[in-house]
Amino acid sequence: MRNAFVRALTDAAATDPRVVLLTGDLGFKLFDEFAACYPGRFVNVGVAEATMAGVAAGLALAGKRPFIYSIAPFVTLRCYEQIRDDICYHRASVVVVGVGGGYSYGPNGPTHHALEDIAVMRVLPHMTVICPGDPAETVAAVHALLAHGGPAYLRLGRAGEPSVHEGPVAFRVGESLVIREGGDVTLLSTGNMLATTLAAADLLARRGIACEVVSMPTVKPLDVDRIDVAARTTRFLATVEEHSIVGGFGSAVAEQLAASGAAGRLWRFAAPDLFSSTCGDQAYQRRMCGLTPEAIADRLAALLAAAP
Amino acid sequence: MPIGELLARARAVRAAVVRMAHTGGTPHVGSALSCVDILIALYFHAMRIDPSKGGPADDMFVMSKGHGCMAYYATLAERGYFPPALLATYARDGGTLPEHPMPGGAPGIEVATGSLGHGLPIAAGLALARGLDGRDGRVFVLLSDGECNEGSVWEAAMFAAGRRLDNLVALIDYNGLQAMGRCDEITALSPLADKWRAFGWAVREIDGHDVAELVHALDELPFEPRRPSMIVAHTVKGKGVSFMEDDTEWHYRSPSTDELARALEEIGG
Repeated sequence: MRNAFVRALTDAAATDPRVVLLTGDLGFKLFDEFAACYPGRFVNVGVAEATMAGVAAGLALAGKRPFIYSIAPFVTLRCYEQIRDDICYHRASVVVVGVGGGYSYGPNGPTHHALEDIAVMRVLPHMTVICPGDPAETVAAVHALLAHGGPAYLRLGRAGEPSVHEGPVAFRVGESLVIREGGDVTLLSTGNMLATTLAAADLLARRGIACEVVSMPTVKPLDVDRIDVAARTTRFLATVEEHSIVGGFGSAVAEQLAASGAAGRLWRFAAPDLFSSTCGDQAYQRRMCGLTPEAIADRLAALLAAAP
Repeated sequence: MPIGELLARARAVRAAVVRMAHTGGTPHVGSALSCVDILIALYFHAMRIDPSKGGPADDMFVMSKGHGCMAYYATLAERGYFPPALLATYARDGGTLPEHPMPGGAPGIEVATGSLGHGLPIAAGLALARGLDGRDGRVFVLLSDGECNEGSVWEAAMFAAGRRLDNLVALIDYNGLQAMGRCDEITALSPLADKWRAFGWAVREIDGHDVAELVHALDELPFEPRRPSMIVAHTVKGKGVSFMEDDTEWHYRSPSTDELARALEEIGG
């Protein structure tokens, strides 16, 4: 996903001279091509996320389209007030790019885990929040955000996420992508849980449970129409995200269901409201909190069996 | 513009400031009076600007010490960015001139501030963009001394020096008082000019109420090629109203009717 992002941004920079890439001294060798092609438009700000966000706001106010890049907790939490005041308050077209969504940086420990970023970004006025589900969605997201403008948060995984889409995809900000149709339960996935969600749907299909699988890369503005349709057609919904159970994608969907008065039932698959207490890679951390295809399928099958 | 006329403009702005503090019932009058002469020297002498239309090569200003914005609003009105009558809406319900500037709150206000430590990074970004585009025009930013407690100020100081942003000019309104007391009793702020020199800036220290000295320093920008410029302007909080000068009380109080009359008499605006 990280490489897809850099590829897409490097391509976009070729046709859009406003694109500027800033990094908080992370992404060793990742930006070599971008920096070689557009040396003036690649800026390593140093380990200074607050200044990076403020500088990006200034660039955007002067007509540039800056992207600021670092590991997700650093580029969201460390400079949160700069994102709120300098970027969102000014409606500055800055894309905050967080690499390492969820447990991507698993063995680095909880300082590097990003489990609150969707929550804190989506509460900000004017902010768009996009969590691509695979490399193809990442490319589409870069183009969608450049077309859309305004403040945005782009939450990436890390590297090696499986491709779910067979070829290129396109979406506009706010649009979801139906990956698979099915009538028993709708699985709504955001970000780097897409492949896991699809694998869970495969397991459930073997048990005779037909899942509609929808990729929702845009958490804000939420595709409320799609949620309303799902609530009407399958009645049972589940959200899947590698983010805290508090305040993220599942919360956003729950807010919409409650506000619309839909009769559907929602289950949220997410990380617990805890710092991980043991060391482990992303696969380990996902196992510990039930975010594997098997755990999701087992729990969902049991919930469906018990549901009235 | 002759120095005498700049001084007259400064008196007019100080009078507007104390009126706003009185009618708005707002604090920070000391912080506003402290930076009036700096703003006058910038807006009536140094900055290449056209308030009637503006242009991409115009100089820009960022009021990083947003709490001093009464002086900023009054200077913009005095300079012709908007009618002085708009100042009567300061801090009023439904208005667009809050106690810290909002984006587009009035003509001439492009950057909103309020939380300290934000203006220098934004100004550095604006200056960087000009460099990328090969555009003329400088970016001025006014900081408070207490604001230099913020880590983001020093992050941006290193960034601007590292990028050799010699179209960036920062000024510090160094009145020596911050919200709860004397700067040097709160953190080791001094030697402030030496700190900026050590961070790679070309620094001048001047009397921030001596308009002639301000004009002279501003005429010599940039102080060194390929370095951002810093003017450490020594000032007095509440300058121009004897009973407000160098008193933290006026970070919080607004003048009563009687105090307003006395202040206006002293200012002579």
